[in-house]
Amino acid sequence: MALKTSAVPFKGTAAQEKKLLETISALKGEDGSLMRILQEAQGLYGYLPIEVQRIISEELDIPLEKIYGVVTFYSQFSLNPKGKYKIAVCMGTACYVKGAGDILDKIKSKLGLNTGGVTSDGLFSIEDCRCIGACGLAPVMMINDDVYGKLEGTDKEIDDILAKYSL
Amino acid sequence: MFRSHVLVCAGTGCVSSGCNAVADAVKEQLKKNGLEKEVGVTLTGCFGLCALGPIIVIYPEGSFYSEVKESDVAEIVSEHLLKGRVVERLLYHETVSDEGVKSLNDTGFYKKQLRVALRNCGVINPEEIDEYIAVDGYQALGQVVTEMKPEEVIKVIIDSGLRGRGGGGFPTGRKWDLARRLVPDAKQKYVCCNADEGDPGAFMDRSVLEGDPHALVEAMAIAGYAVGADRGFVYVRAEYPIAVKRLQIAIEQARDYGLLGKNIFDSGFNFDLEIRLGAGAFVCGEETALMASIEGERGEPRPRPPFPAEKGLWGMPTVLNNVETYANIPQIILRGAEWFSSMGTENSKGTKVFALGGKIKNTGLVEVPMGTTLREVVFEIGGGIPGGKKFKAAQTGGPSGGCIPVEHLDIEIDYDNLIKIGSMMGSGGLIVMDEDNCMVDIAKFFLEFTVDESCGKCVPCRVGTKRLYEMLDNITKGKGSPSDIDEMEKLCHYIKDNSLCGLGQTAPNPVLSNLNFFRQEFIEHVTEKKCSAKICKELLQYVIIPEKCIGCTLCARVCPTNAIEGKLKEKHVINQEKCIKCGACVDKCKPGAIVQI
Repeated sequence: MALKTSAVPFKGTAAQEKKLLETISALKGEDGSLMRILQEAQGLYGYLPIEVQRIISEELDIPLEKIYGVVTFYSQFSLNPKGKYKIAVCMGTACYVKGAGDILDKIKSKLGLNTGGVTSDGLFSIEDCRCIGACGLAPVMMINDDVYGKLEGTDKEIDDILAKYSL
Repeated sequence: MFRSHVLVCAGTGCVSSGCNAVADAVKEQLKKNGLEKEVGVTLTGCFGLCALGPIIVIYPEGSFYSEVKESDVAEIVSEHLLKGRVVERLLYHETVSDEGVKSLNDTGFYKKQLRVALRNCGVINPEEIDEYIAVDGYQALGQVVTEMKPEEVIKVIIDSGLRGRGGGGFPTGRKWDLARRLVPDAKQKYVCCNADEGDPGAFMDRSVLEGDPHALVEAMAIAGYAVGADRGFVYVRAEYPIAVKRLQIAIEQARDYGLLGKNIFDSGFNFDLEIRLGAGAFVCGEETALMASIEGERGEPRPRPPFPAEKGLWGMPTVLNNVETYANIPQIILRGAEWFSSMGTENSKGTKVFALGGKIKNTGLVEVPMGTTLREVVFEIGGGIPGGKKFKAAQTGGPSGGCIPVEHLDIEIDYDNLIKIGSMMGSGGLIVMDEDNCMVDIAKFFLEFTVDESCGKCVPCRVGTKRLYEMLDNITKGKGSPSDIDEMEKLCHYIKDNSLCGLGQTAPNPVLSNLNFFRQEFIEHVTEKKCSAKICKELLQYVIIPEKCIGCTLCARVCPTNAIEGKLKEKHVINQEKCIKCGACVDKCKPGAIVQI
């Protein structure tokens, strides 16, 4: 099976690669370092395109297939870039029983996106996430690090929140 | 020395409600009033009442202010802290009565609680090791490594009756004993902590990490001494950034104080801890999967035996407990096995933390002795159901558990009683549902979760949960038939009996439990194609209320299937057989005569 590559061309810079190589040489040799290197790399590039996986594979001398296997196993690793603002609607049980599903649907239709999609201007990406542990404030959503709790799900409320974010 | 202390809750719930801005405002106002040398401000862990954040508590009075806004702070500082007049209008309303201000411990939410695992949350500053030491912190570790033999430590834990708080409820002391004895000549052993709290709706482990991280550090060092391990790993969810940061601070402080590292308390015992971040996989809550993930592999479980106590991380004996389990350990050492086993029921000792969520007034974290009834938790501590709605069920055990219906409200909550009625303790999420929740939809919700999170290694789980989900999906869309219900039950038992790990073996529980207690709802969905809770949208019918219809014909004209019949200025009727439930008529109807039932 051919490896799935990213939907957009890779635009990594030399500075990013230098940083990645430094990270790898710092962590290389530690027990179980692959996960940590992948986490750092995702922080550096925002996602884990095949080009980045290839660098890690060569540096660690681990087959690319194995790295790809790990990357696709965990939901936090992404093969595609995310939006500048990552919307995550909590779909934990407490949020779900209070109507988080309707809120997710509403935002998706407002942005014209499916779960996991990115707007064409790269501003927003949207996903449903597992419990973020703010169940007392259900239903909850996050945009990057900002948490919005006790959502009512009205059009005005969602429009007002989205309007705070621009390119 | 400060004459007053302002404690600001800085747990995730309150951070999300804006507590940092409130804390900054408190500091600014204190400065403005020249009080910064008289009044101390401390950021603490969770008080438990997350629904009413941001929360601040002022000592020595113990005044509990809830839902504090930045704009309220000036009044609290000038009235309460400068003039000594409590600002009654901002106090937690339950503490205000006709006879004056009540103590927090007399309110419904706190009265029946007993805090052991959460004892320091909301009391100390989690980023200051000295505050932990001031409440007897690290005393248990000192006692263990200088005065006790490892076997004695294990005996205390066995005698206490402590069972794992993460899911299965395996006796903790026996686990330690096995890890100590099974491989006597092991070159290396490990102590691990499962802080990958994946059960949606549970957040007690996060609260301990955020509010009392040193308790975990101390307990893991004790476990290391007991089983003979000198390295430990804490596997934390990456979704918990505050918890990770505070745990990191705690580990560094403990190293600075010589409480981690070489030759702890001059006893010759070495122990150190590392944090490993998860990357979002529910199955990593399963112990063998968690260890695979720490090793940098795909987090897939493997068959047991061998159990981790024999072959764990990198093939070495490993002991693995979750955060809440560890949080009990220092107290058990200090206060004794008898003290701990005096709480709880015959086979479930101590207390349990529950995360109350869903349709309940006091959402938040509560800790009660094992054996407390569900009714006490939901109605006395939780304050009941908001909006005058009726209690329908409480869900425990997350995607591995089940629902407890109203006829079992008086069940005494412990491991065995929950298993008996088809649910399980799990990690302690307790989600309350009211009459507006559809139990078929809830079963489908959990199956969607397990389909997503099944690692794919074994067929019964990977394919079985998917087929089960499809059947449920059909039923919620009006495409189910009565035979589906029996088919589903059969499939559930097949998945339970044949899956490799706990995830698959328990995945059908939400379906089986709902079928058991709410079978009528499933039957209604497949025979009458009706959803009484009005959640399953595709089962709803659009009807025109004759009294409201003005006969304008707008709806009939917009209907794409000509399902609406009626002449101008006469009452219209929707032909249900033709209606495709698109909802176009609802938007057109000016008097609002078209509704879904």
